[in-house]
Parts: sequence; structure tokens; C-alpha cells
Amino acid sequence: MIITKSKKLEDVLDSLKGAKKVLITGCAECSTVSRTGGENEVKAMADTLTANGFEVVGTMVCEIGCNKNNVKKELKQFKDTPYDAVLVMSCGDGVQTMAGNVDVPVYPASDTMFLGEVERVTLFSQACKMCGDCVLGRTAGVCPITKCAKSLVNGPCGGAKNGKCETNPDVDCAWILIYNRLKKFGQLDKLEVSNDDKGHKINLYPATINLKEEKANE
Amino acid sequence: MSNLQKALESGKFAITAEMAPPKGVDFSHQMSVVEQLRGKVEACNVTDYQSSSLKASSLGLCIMIKQAGMEPVLQMTGRDRSRMAIQGDFMDAAAFGIENILALTGDHPTVGDCPESKPVYDLDSVGILRAAVQLMEGHDCGGNELVGNPPYYYLGASVTPVYEPVELQLIKMKKKIDAGAKFFQTQGVYEAEPMKPFMELAEKYGVYLMAGIIPLKTAAMAKYMSNNVPGIRVPQDQIDRLNAAKNNGLPEGFDPKDKDVKKKQSKNQEEEGIVMAAEFLAEIKEKGLAHGAHIMAIGAEENVPKILEKAGF
Ligand code: SF4
Ligand code: SF4
Repeated sequence: MIITKSKKLEDVLDSLKGAKKVLITGCAECSTVSRTGGENEVKAMADTLTANGFEVVGTMVCEIGCNKNNVKKELKQFKDTPYDAVLVMSCGDGVQTMAGNVDVPVYPASDTMFLGEVERVTLFSQACKMCGDCVLGRTAGVCPITKCAKSLVNGPCGGAKNGKCETNPDVDCAWILIYNRLKKFGQLDKLEVSNDDKGHKINLYPATINLKEEKANE
Repeated sequence: MSNLQKALESGKFAITAEMAPPKGVDFSHQMSVVEQLRGKVEACNVTDYQSSSLKASSLGLCIMIKQAGMEPVLQMTGRDRSRMAIQGDFMDAAAFGIENILALTGDHPTVGDCPESKPVYDLDSVGILRAAVQLMEGHDCGGNELVGNPPYYYLGASVTPVYEPVELQLIKMKKKIDAGAKFFQTQGVYEAEPMKPFMELAEKYGVYLMAGIIPLKTAAMAKYMSNNVPGIRVPQDQIDRLNAAKNNGLPEGFDPKDKDVKKKQSKNQEEEGIVMAAEFLAEIKEKGLAHGAHIMAIGAEENVPKILEKAGF
């Protein structure tokens, strides 16, 4: 899940300066769970913008805000409604998906933070930095790229104190977690293998994946 | 071959002293410390933005030390440099005749004084060692051949003996040995016992272990370090000993708020700390728990000769 945070209202209002007729969109997936762009947040934003002198010409919560064709279809309902700006209450991907579908400026209402899991309804924790070369099979399912503050691939630094990371006494040292789990599974030998330095060519950006082409090249 | 390598390989109890470059461009204090250490230590070990506090670079001071006819150990962390920058700095080092390298992961930028700096960590300590070995083999990280003779390095790394679970540190030490580390220096230690498994591993693989010694300055500092600095544990009896020494030579009924009294109390504790460091150094040597020692005086490098003298070096 992509975890987002709402931008400060004053920043949102500031970015919309000059716009008159605003369309507000959200996303029924991650942004709803993050509570940044679901039905409730979109409605509240409509009220706020109206109170601040904008004309809100429409609102919609996209089914999947990052699916280009889906969004295109959903936008058809506004084809006869003039608007001069879209405020997108979703992740940066959703904002760009919208930008690719409309010919007016789009503005983000959220900051996109990380790919993470929902620990409970209001607690999200980062889980994957999308490194392009997953090592979880060697690290007992704990991601050292994301959960170790230095993304170390060969075991811990010397910085842990009482099992906690040197960067934050509230956060467990990822490598101690990895050690404990590998030990439990009788897989400590995995820790003894020296891993290659992580290469960075594999996740160069901007990246695209074309399944058809890949299949054809197989 | 570096003095440090010669000393360790010949079985001499080798000593290195750590120093930090200045936060600024005046190196005169550091160079005066180098003079005080001349002939007393095998090498001066120069930190690389230690504790993520921005200073002049390790390489710059190492070059100056080398040019003054003393031997440096270049500390290299992965915090601020990509693999390209690390190998480039290593080539500079070799060009200036610097052979000793200490590869470290490096403290995270957020614990230091430029917390917005990008944490690079392209290579960890193991990767940094491998990067140096690649150069020694005559090629760079892209597999491209170097022009001319390949450099030679004497490679070291660090270990943290007071660590839970200690097995994790030992596994990593072995990886560093596999990656090319020939000498190890420990985080500051105050007890002989935790050194043992690391010494055993060092002996098993024919590498050298240098005990990290951080002389204590005051009981308060000892307590603070013990509670807050990763890998540091100062036993209570050593803190008590500093406290007991605090009021030596002060007249009865002294005013604890008096400036001179406070100064004397600090001095007393610092002197006791020097004696304690010397005793520990002698103990480590006598018990054969290390092949040498690395003294980290944290700004009080002028005390290093006193410690060595008191320890009978
Ligand atoms: S190793 Fe970590 S960052 Fe990389 S893909 Fe796996 S979970 Fe994601
Ligand atoms: S303390 Fe652990 S989690 Fe934190 S940077 Fe070091 S190895 Fe990574």
C-alpha cells in the first residue's frame, strides 16, 4: 500500500491560487486507507475550498487512481463541466495519472511517503523500498533495505544499543530482528554468506515494464 | 609495507592513536599532536566525519601527516561517498603513500550536525574492503583496468565486542576477514572478558586485533557513554573509582561551586582516567587479549604519551 499524508491546508490553498473552477478527485484504494483521499476527505476538502472562495464544480473518488484508462472513463461524467484545475487527493502516481488525462493544471493535496503496511487502522509502517532485487528470502522476511536505516546488506553496523537502531531508540535494529528469526528457523548459515554490494542499475528511473515485450523477448 | 603492518606482523604490541580533523581549515593543533606522538605510536588514525559531525576530511589530514613523515590510517566510511568516490579517494591515498585503511559503515547522518545530508551507504564496511581489494587487483568497481601499477593497502575494520547478540558481530567480523581485513580495532572496551571471542577469531584466521581504549575523563562522562553510546559499557566500579579520585588534594570544607575547585576535580578525574587506561592497556597486553591497542583520546591526544608511559611502553 502507498502511504500518503495530507499536505498542510495553507499549502494546498496557496498552490490553487488563480484557479476558479476546481474539480477534486480522490482514490478508493491506498489514499482511502491513508485517510488522505477517500469519500470523507474529498467531501471535507470540497467544503473547505468553497469556504475559501473557490467554485468546486465536481468531486469524484476514482476506483483506482493510478489506472490511466479507468480514470479516463471516470472523467467522462465531467466532459461538459468546465474546470480550470484539478486537486488530486491521492499519491503522486495518481496525480500524474490525472495529469495525463486532463488538459488543465493538476495539484497534489498529499505528500507520498512510502510503500508500507497497515499495522492497524491508523498505524502505517514502511516495508519495501522497491529495490528491484528482493533479498527477503535470505533475511527471514525482514527487509534490510527498508528497515535498516543504512540499508546494509551484510549484517549490522555497531550502532545498535539494547537492540534498537542508532537512529531511533524506538525502532528495532533490523539486523537483530533478522538474526533472531533466522536463528529460530535454523537458517543462521544464510547470515554467514557475504552478499554482493547492491547494484543500482537495476532500479534506474524512470522505469517501465512492458509485459508483452518481455514475453516476446523470452 | 606500513609500520603498522610491520609491527603487527612482527608480533610487537602495536599502538595507534586516533585524532579528528578540525571543523575548519587550521590543522596546526592536529599537527602539533602528531609531533607529540612521533616515535610513540605506529600510526595516527584519522576519523572520517566521526559521529557524522562535519569536519575537514580524513584524507586531507592523512596526507598532511604523511608529508610530515608520520604514518596515517585513513578511515573511510560509506556514509557520504558512492563506490566511485571511495575508490577515487583510495587512489589519491595510494598516490600520497598512504597504505593503512580502516573501513567503516559510518554513523548515520541524522545523529550528527548536518542531519539533512544524504545517507549514501552505496557500500557497507564489507563492500569498502572489497573496493580496496579490487584496486589492489588492478581494476575498479566497473571492472575497468587501472593504468600503471596497482596500489597496495593494509586493510582494517572495526568490531564491537560489547554487543547483544555477540554472535552477530562475530559473523560480521568473519565476513570482513573474507573481504580482506587484516587488522581490527574494537569499539572502546573497559573489560577484558568481551575481547576473548574476537581474539580467538582473529587468531584462527591470522588477522590482528587492536583493543579500543577511550580514556575516561570524568565519572559523568563515563556514565553518559555507558548509557548512551552504542557498544560502550563502563563497569560501575570504574565509575566509582573516578568519583573517589575527584576530591584528591582538596582542603576540607572546600566550596564545591568554586571555579578552581571544579577545575581541580576535573583534573583529578582525568588523571585517574589516564591511570585506569594505562592499567587496562597493560592488562590486555599481559593477558594476550589483543595484538595491539587503538587509543581514542577524543580531543585529549596529548594524554596518549602519558598513558603509554604509565603502561610501561
Ligand atoms: S529487499 Fe526490501 S526493498 Fe527490496 S524488494 Fe524486497 S522488500 Fe522491497
Ligand atoms: S543499528 Fe541496525 S538497523 Fe540501525 S543502521 Fe545499524 S544495522 Fe541498521
